[in-house]
Amino acid sequence: MELSTSILLTIALAPLVGCLLAGFFGRFIGRAGAHTVTILGVAIACGLSIYVLYQLTAGGAPVYNHNIYTWFEIGQYSAHVGFLIDRLTAMMMVVVTFVSLLVHIYTIGYMHEDPGYQRFFSYISLFTFSMLMLVMSNNFMQLFFGWEAVGLVSYLLIGFWFKRPTAIFANLKAFVVNRVGDFGFLLGIAGVLYFLGTLDYATAFSAAPTLVGKTLQITQNTHWDAATVICIFLFIGAMGKSAQVPLHVWLPDSMEGPTPISALIHAATMVTAGIFMVARMSPLFELSDTALSFVMVIGATGALFTGLIGIVQNDIKRVVAYSTLSQLGYMTVALGVSAYAGAVFHLMTHAFFKALLFLGAGSVIIAMHHEQDMRYMGGLRKYMPITWITMWIGSLALCGVPFFAGFYSKDAIIEAVGESHRWGSNYAYFCVMAGAFVTALYTFRQMYLTFHGKERFTVVHDHSHGHHVEHKDDHGHHEPGIMHQTPHETPWVVTLPLILLAIPSIVVGAFAIKPLLYGEWFGSAIHVNEANNVLGELGKEFHSWVGMALHGFTQLPFLLVLTAFAIQTYIYLFNPSVADRIKNALKPIYNVLNHKYWFDAVYYIVFARGGIALGRALWKGGDTAVIDGVLVDGSAGLVDRIAGGVRRLQSGYLYHYAFAMILGLILLLGGYWLVGQ
Amino acid sequence: MFNHLLSLLIWLPIVGAIPVLLAGSSRPNAARWISLLVAIATFAVSLYLLPQYNASDAAKQMVEDHLWIAGLNVHYALAVDGIAIALILLTTLVGILVIVGAWEVIQVNPHQYMAAMLVLEGLMIGVFCATDALLFYVFFEAMLIPMFILIGVWGGPRRVYATLKFFIYTFFGSIFMLVGLIYLYLKAGTFDLAQLAALPLSMKEQTWLFFAFLIAFAVKVPMVPVHTWLPDAHVEAPTGGSVVLAAVMLKIGGYGFLRFSLPITPDASEAYAWVVIGLSLIAVIYIGYIALVQEDMKKLVAYSSVAHMGFVTLGIFIAFMLVRGNNNLDAAKLGVQGAMVQMISHGFVSGAMFSCIGVLYDRLHTRQIKDYGGVINVMPWFGFFYVLFAMANCGMPGTSGFVGEFQVILASFQANPWIALFAAFTLIISAAYTLYLVKRVLWGDITNSHVAEMKDINGREWFVLGVFAAGTLVLGIWPEPLVHLMDSSVSQLVTQLGNHKI
Repeated sequence: MELSTSILLTIALAPLVGCLLAGFFGRFIGRAGAHTVTILGVAIACGLSIYVLYQLTAGGAPVYNHNIYTWFEIGQYSAHVGFLIDRLTAMMMVVVTFVSLLVHIYTIGYMHEDPGYQRFFSYISLFTFSMLMLVMSNNFMQLFFGWEAVGLVSYLLIGFWFKRPTAIFANLKAFVVNRVGDFGFLLGIAGVLYFLGTLDYATAFSAAPTLVGKTLQITQNTHWDAATVICIFLFIGAMGKSAQVPLHVWLPDSMEGPTPISALIHAATMVTAGIFMVARMSPLFELSDTALSFVMVIGATGALFTGLIGIVQNDIKRVVAYSTLSQLGYMTVALGVSAYAGAVFHLMTHAFFKALLFLGAGSVIIAMHHEQDMRYMGGLRKYMPITWITMWIGSLALCGVPFFAGFYSKDAIIEAVGESHRWGSNYAYFCVMAGAFVTALYTFRQMYLTFHGKERFTVVHDHSHGHHVEHKDDHGHHEPGIMHQTPHETPWVVTLPLILLAIPSIVVGAFAIKPLLYGEWFGSAIHVNEANNVLGELGKEFHSWVGMALHGFTQLPFLLVLTAFAIQTYIYLFNPSVADRIKNALKPIYNVLNHKYWFDAVYYIVFARGGIALGRALWKGGDTAVIDGVLVDGSAGLVDRIAGGVRRLQSGYLYHYAFAMILGLILLLGGYWLVGQ
Repeated sequence: MFNHLLSLLIWLPIVGAIPVLLAGSSRPNAARWISLLVAIATFAVSLYLLPQYNASDAAKQMVEDHLWIAGLNVHYALAVDGIAIALILLTTLVGILVIVGAWEVIQVNPHQYMAAMLVLEGLMIGVFCATDALLFYVFFEAMLIPMFILIGVWGGPRRVYATLKFFIYTFFGSIFMLVGLIYLYLKAGTFDLAQLAALPLSMKEQTWLFFAFLIAFAVKVPMVPVHTWLPDAHVEAPTGGSVVLAAVMLKIGGYGFLRFSLPITPDASEAYAWVVIGLSLIAVIYIGYIALVQEDMKKLVAYSSVAHMGFVTLGIFIAFMLVRGNNNLDAAKLGVQGAMVQMISHGFVSGAMFSCIGVLYDRLHTRQIKDYGGVINVMPWFGFFYVLFAMANCGMPGTSGFVGEFQVILASFQANPWIALFAAFTLIISAAYTLYLVKRVLWGDITNSHVAEMKDINGREWFVLGVFAAGTLVLGIWPEPLVHLMDSSVSQLVTQLGNHKI
C-alpha cells in the first residue's frame, strides 16, 4: 500500500501546530496547555512515523517520492517542497520524533520553575518540525531549509537564558560557525545544479554517473574533479552542522542551553544531520575516493582528539559534549570508508544512549540544584538510583561493551575501518582504536566522580530559605559544594524518559545489526560501489548477534575498555590523589587539552577580533577617509575653495573692474599684435 | 475596460495629497485619515491591476500613450510588465505602512509629511510605469524633491548635510543619464524605450552610454564606491523616509539597469559586466565588514542594504556571462529572477528593519547600539519581530531574504564558481553583523533604567511589523507566484540580451 500524503503532512505539521499554539497563545493556554499541545503534536508525529516505518518494512509499501508544491520554476530549473520517504528517512523520522517526545516529557520536570516554560516548548516543537523537514526532503532546497531552520532553533535554544552573557555569546558563535559550514554546503548545492541540472534527489542521483570525468576549471591550468569538488563542499556543510574538526568549536559552548536541548539537538538529532546528509548523498560520494578520504581523516581526527579533551573536563555536561564530538567523529569515519549504513546505525544507537546520558546528567543537575561541576558531586548513587543505573547503561553502551547497543555499531565501524584500503585508513584505524580507550577513560571517570566515592558536598539545612526556588538563570550564584537540601531522585517525568531510553540503549544494537548492516534493509536509499563495500565483506563473517558479542570480549577494543576501567576504578575509587599526580606529571599535555588545543583562542583572535579590526580599517580608511573624505567632501571642498578664490575677484570696487578691463584690453590687443607679427 | 488605470495609480496619491495639505496643521487627524484613505485606495487600485494583467504575455500591457511635448516628440507613455507590477505592488503596500507608521510619531506638521509621502509614492509609481525615457527621467528626478523635504524637515540633527549630500549625489549621477538620453534622442528622434532598445549603436557609442547609465543607477542602488550618501541619508531621515528609501527608492536603480543598460547597450554591458560583477562582490564582502563595526543601528542596516543590493546587480549582470558566454538562457533567467526577488524581498526586510529601529528610537530617542541591551526583557513581541527580520536579513530559508540570494548564487556558479564563492560569503558575514546587532540590542540583561521603562509595541506598530512579517514569510515559503508574475517579462528580457547591436 502506498504511503499517504496526508499522513506525511500530518507528521511534519503536527509539531509546527504545537509550536505555534504554545508560542503565540502560551499566555492563554498556560503552562499545562503549552506542554499538552506540543506533546500531543510530537506524539502524533511519533506514532505516525512508527506507522510509516511499519508500512515500509512489514507493509511492503514502495518508496514515496512526491512533490507537495512548486517553490519556484524558472525554465529548466525548479525547486519544490516534497517528501522522499524510504527506509533511511523513516528510521530517522522515528529516531527524531521518539527522542523528541521523551525530551518533551522530560522538560516538564526540568523546566517547571522556568518563566520561559511555554517559549521552551514552542522552540523544541519548532525544532522537531524543522528536523522532520530536513530528513523528509526529496530535494536539496528543502534540505537546506531544514538545515538552516534547525540552526535557527539551535541559536534560539542555546541563548534560551538570554540574560547570561555566556549563553548569548555561545549562540552567536554557534550560528556563525555553522554558517561557515553552510557556506560550503550552499556551494555544493550550486555545484550539483551546475553539473546535474537539478535540485531533485532522485534525478540528481540517477544522473550522478555522468559526473565521472567532468572537471571544474579553477584557474587557467587547474581543473578539479567535479565529484570531488561537489562532495567536499557538501561535506563542509556537514562539518559545521555535525561539529567536525576544525568547525567543532561551537558544540561545547552550546552546553549553555538547557539540558533537554543538549540531549535532543546537540547530541541525538541535529548534530547528526550531517551524517544523515552524507549517507543520503552516497551516490555522489561514492564517485570520489579523494572526498571520502578527506571525510575519513577529518572524522578520525575528531574521534580521537576531541575525546581526549573530555578527560580533563569537570563540568558534567561538557564531558558528554566532548564525547558527542568524538562519537560524531566515529560516524564520519564510517562514512569515509563507505560504511554509510554503519554510520547511520551508530547514529541511531548513539541517539538513544547519548540522549540518555544527557538527560541523566540533567537529572543529576536538578538533584544538585544546578551544580554542574563534578568536583562537588560524588556518592550520588544512593540518592538517585534510577538515574544512576540508567546512566551506567548509557555509559556501557557508549564504551561499546558487548551486548549493549553501542558495541554493535561501534565495533562494526572499527572493523570496517580495518577492512578499508582507502588512503588514510591506517591513520583512521589507529584513531578509532585509541578513541575506544579514551572513551572509556572519560566515561568511567565521569561515572565515578558523579555517583561513586565520597560525597564532596555538604548539606546545610537552611530553613529560612524555605523551598529553594533558585532560578536557573542565577546559576553559579551559590557557593560550590554547599547544598541546602539533600539530593533526591527526580520526579517521574524525568526518570521515565531515562528508562525508556535505557531500553533501546541495551537492545537496539542486537536487534538491528543484522538487517541494517548486513542485509539489504536500506535498499536503494544507500548506494555503495562493489569495490568499496567493506560492510559486505564483514557481513560474510557475521553469523549472529550473540556470536559477535561473545567474539567481542576477546577483541582489542574491549580489552582497551577493560584497561581503562581498571585504571579509573583504581584512581577514583581507591586512590584519588593519583589523578592529581598524573595531572602534574603530564602538565604540558594537560595544558594542551585544557586549552582545547587553543582552537577557541586562535579563532577568537583571528576571526572575531580580526574581523572587527578589518571592518574598522575598511570603514575609517575606505569609506570615511578615501571615498567621503577625498572624493565626496573633497570635491565639495574643492568647489568651495575655487568659488572662494574666484569670489574675491568680485570685490565691488569700480577701480578693480576698470583695472581688469584695461588689463584685458592690453592683453587682447597685445595678443592680436603678436599674432599679426 | 477602464484604460487609464496606470494614470489613476500615479495621480491618485499625488492629487490626494492636496486635501491632506488643505487639512492643515490645525486638523492633524483629518490629514492622517485622509492620507491613509488615499494610500489604501492606491493600494486597492494596484490590486485591481493584478488580475487585469496577463502574466503569460510578455508584451507591455495597459498601454497609455499621449503626445506630451510635440517639439521633442516626448510622449506621456505608460505601460507595465510583470517586473513593474511587482515593484508597484511593493510601493503601494509600503505606502500604507509608512502612513500608519508615522501616525503619532510625526507631531510637527503631519499634514505636510503625509502629503510629501503621497506625492513621493505617486512619483515612484510613475517611474515604474513610464515607457518614455524622458518621462522616466522626469519622475526619476522629481522623486528627489519630496525625499529632500522629508529628510531636510523631519530629519535628525545633521539633516541639512545629509539631505544636501543625498540630493547632489543622486543628481550628479542622473545628469550623465540625461546627457545619454539627449544623445539617443538626437540619433533616434524619439524617447520611446522600445525604439531605443532596437536602435543600432556602435561599440563606442554603447560604451559611453553604458557608463552614463551606470553612474546614474549605481548611485541610486547604491553600488560601491558611490554608496556613501546612503548611510548619512538613512541616519538623518525620519523612520518613514528611511523605510521608503530602502524599500522602494533603491530598487529604482536596479530597475533602471533592467530598462536602460540591458536593452539599449547590450554589447557594452557584456563587455563591462565584469566591472559591475566585481563591484557587486566588493559590496557583499567589503560592506559586510564595514557593517560589522557600526555603532549606529541605522548605519548598520544602511550598510547591510548596500550589501544586499549587491545581489541585485550581480544577478542582473551575471545574465550576460550566461547568455553570451555559456548560452545558458535558463540560468540567466534564474539570475535575473533572483535579482528581482531580492529587490522585493529587500523591500520588505529593510523596510521592516528600519521600522524596528523607529520603534526603538521613538522610545529612547537614540540609535546608538550601546544605549540598548536586554530589550527582549521588556518588549517580547518586539523581540519576536526583530529576530524574524534579522533572520530574513541574513538569508534564512523560509523568509524572503533567502530566495533571491539562493537563486543568484545558483546562477553565479553556472557562470563561474569563483563568483559564487565570493557571493556566498554573505552567509557568514551577514549572519555575523546582523546577529551581533541582535545580541547587543535584544539579548542580555537590562543594561540601564531607560531600557527598563520601555513599553512593548502597540497595536499600530504591531500592524506595521505584522504586515512586513507576512510579506517576508509568504514570499519565503512560496515564491512561485511572484516568480510566475515576472516570468514572461524576464524571459523576454533575457532573450533580448542575446541580440547583438553591432
